[in-house]
Amino acid sequence: MSEKISLRGRDVLALGGFSAAEIRLILDTAKSMKEILHRDIKKLPTLRGKSIVTLFYEPSTRTRTSFELAGKYLGADVVNITSSTSSIVKGESLRDTLYTIEAMNVDAIVMRHKAEGAAAYAAKAVKPVIINAGDGAHAHPSQGLLNLFTIEEKKGKLEGLKIAILGDILHSRVARSDIAGMRKMGINIHVAGPRTLVPRFLLEEGVVVHDRIEDAIEGADVIEVLRIQLERMKGGLFPTTREYARIFGLNKERLSLAKEDVLVLHPGPMNKGWEISPEVAYSINSAIQEEVENGVAVRMALFTLLLTGGATDDKFN
Amino acid sequence: MTNLIKNGRVIDPKNNIDKNLDILIENDKIKAVGENIDDKDANVIDATNKVVTPGFIDMHVHLREPGQEAKEDFISGSHAAVAGGYTRVATMPNTNPVVDTAALVRSLTKRGEEAKAHIEIIGAVTKGQKGEELSELGDMTEAGAIAFSDDGHYIDNSKILLNALDYLAPFNKIIISHAEETNLVEGGVMNEGVVSARLGLAGRPSVAEDIAVMRDILLAEYANARIHIAHISSKNAVEIVRAAKKKGIKVTAEVTPQHLTMIEDMVDFTDSSTKINPPIRTAKDRDALLEGLLDGTIDMIVTDHSPHAPEEKDREYIFAPSGFPGLETAFGVLYTELCLKKKIELSTVIERMTAAPARVFGIESGNLSVGSVADITVLDLNAEWTVDDKAFFTRGSHSPFVGKKLIGKPYGTIVSGKIAYWDGKIC
Repeated sequence: MSEKISLRGRDVLALGGFSAAEIRLILDTAKSMKEILHRDIKKLPTLRGKSIVTLFYEPSTRTRTSFELAGKYLGADVVNITSSTSSIVKGESLRDTLYTIEAMNVDAIVMRHKAEGAAAYAAKAVKPVIINAGDGAHAHPSQGLLNLFTIEEKKGKLEGLKIAILGDILHSRVARSDIAGMRKMGINIHVAGPRTLVPRFLLEEGVVVHDRIEDAIEGADVIEVLRIQLERMKGGLFPTTREYARIFGLNKERLSLAKEDVLVLHPGPMNKGWEISPEVAYSINSAIQEEVENGVAVRMALFTLLLTGGATDDKFN
Repeated sequence: MTNLIKNGRVIDPKNNIDKNLDILIENDKIKAVGENIDDKDANVIDATNKVVTPGFIDMHVHLREPGQEAKEDFISGSHAAVAGGYTRVATMPNTNPVVDTAALVRSLTKRGEEAKAHIEIIGAVTKGQKGEELSELGDMTEAGAIAFSDDGHYIDNSKILLNALDYLAPFNKIIISHAEETNLVEGGVMNEGVVSARLGLAGRPSVAEDIAVMRDILLAEYANARIHIAHISSKNAVEIVRAAKKKGIKVTAEVTPQHLTMIEDMVDFTDSSTKINPPIRTAKDRDALLEGLLDGTIDMIVTDHSPHAPEEKDREYIFAPSGFPGLETAFGVLYTELCLKKKIELSTVIERMTAAPARVFGIESGNLSVGSVADITVLDLNAEWTVDDKAFFTRGSHSPFVGKKLIGKPYGTIVSGKIAYWDGKIC
């Protein structure tokens, strides 16, 4: 007999705050949401009368659009605020911006911000549900969830799989969310990248760090390639993109070290030819496009569970 | 005007005194210290069950004048000082404009006369604290600057620091160094370690401090000049200073209550009150600091009182300015966390807050000798209180000690023979 779990009213700040059972509930709910995405008329009344604001202090294509569509498919009213077109350019503080949004009686705020901890700060400041859509290098929990969803969909399970996370771990909120979520779901995590881009201090118990990406890839069920940023090169963290691609890039030869049916993920946007070769990015092993679709499903699941309580909520039934 | 402090337990480390004595104050001087002093004309101050010590001296505060009065000014800052038992504070020059001329030192000294506590002025080592050209160090010395510092900035250019050390040596003035190598800490907001790795916050590695302290000491040795290491925070830096002192190099050091009692695990990235430079580090570092304070490697305790306007601190962690106001919590934190936990004797703490800074910086204060200026602090070791930044006298807020239950609090503060603070009120 399983205990009733409700995520109603919960803030989603980082996956570290969720139990394996709660993550399981989100993934299972996302499965039914994905079916809806394949319907001819993609519209549900679940969130009719609910309002959602996306508050983005950093540029984004897929994450913001994904949240917006997820909300709209479920019948919510979704308003987008970006820093360049709001009072933020007039120097309004984060607290005041949040107060303003709260005063309009919104139910959820989806927030992306450059500063680590900004979403948690928001959760302390205002009442609406806060969903962290990326706070600096700290966390991007919905990305972590959609990676789990994609892996499970392709592999049929999570427990016992081996993942290799490659590249800029140090600055990656995706890596931190993956590590937090995957550890909980029993995935064996191996990370590799230039030493300058891997934290000097342990991220979490049980994560295996390699210097050579080949050692991380060896026998992997899943490989996630992280985006490399040009500004890191200018900061002296690695010499050139050419050398990066040669020593740390995922190409066909290196891919062959993994299991034959290895799944390749990338949170996007990709720098093809740097961290990932085009042939790998578009190979049959790649689920990079499906991740985008799954992202919508996972975010629909989050909205449903947070704003209505989902299937365990009586009103929903 | 004659005041008589009766029946207190007098702790005067400079004179090796720890016993129940009375203190007679005439005008601004201590006239007598002894048992059962009676003076029927004197205003009697009852110090039964209280501890009477020399007025605390804090060689590292930011009173923000001129130019940053929304954060603090000499009046509010001196109120915070006397409420914290401090009778003398030395204010840092990272103001707007930077205190880098004799004219500014003079005008601030004059302004300081309006304050409740004695205010000493620290001048900038380099013009505008830019680390490029020497300020008029000789002129500022003549104008009364107590010491020199580019606090907030490390003087990256070794040649400039060597020049400053050489130039100042004949004036017998000390350079106070904020020792964190600039490139290594750029962008960093907390200690680099397991917590920063988990939170994704950019780190300020302890090696940045170690390198900086080592270089400063080598330059001081080479110049045969004095250097004072501000707010030391890492274990290696303590070891470096200890070895240098053993070798006879003229180095001194200070530590803050926060570095002595807090560790990186206490960083909450939704609340910028733990954001300080150098950062709070690991338990190993904290323990090494206490050891250094006990064996004299670290000479004195300072607060690094760094108030900011509440709205400046109420921001995203990475955007908030560093520092918090420490004058009003220092003694309570030290007594509760160190003395009551039997890590250090009360008399040692008092020494590090009175006689030690006086000795290092050549201040004729920090003792209760007959004839000395009557700067005196009365402590209530039984007072139980909870830190509340709304009750602070400073304009600053966001102390990491807010909400903490403390035992021990300054009860009264006498500055130049006048009662400046008594039982919760500025007098």
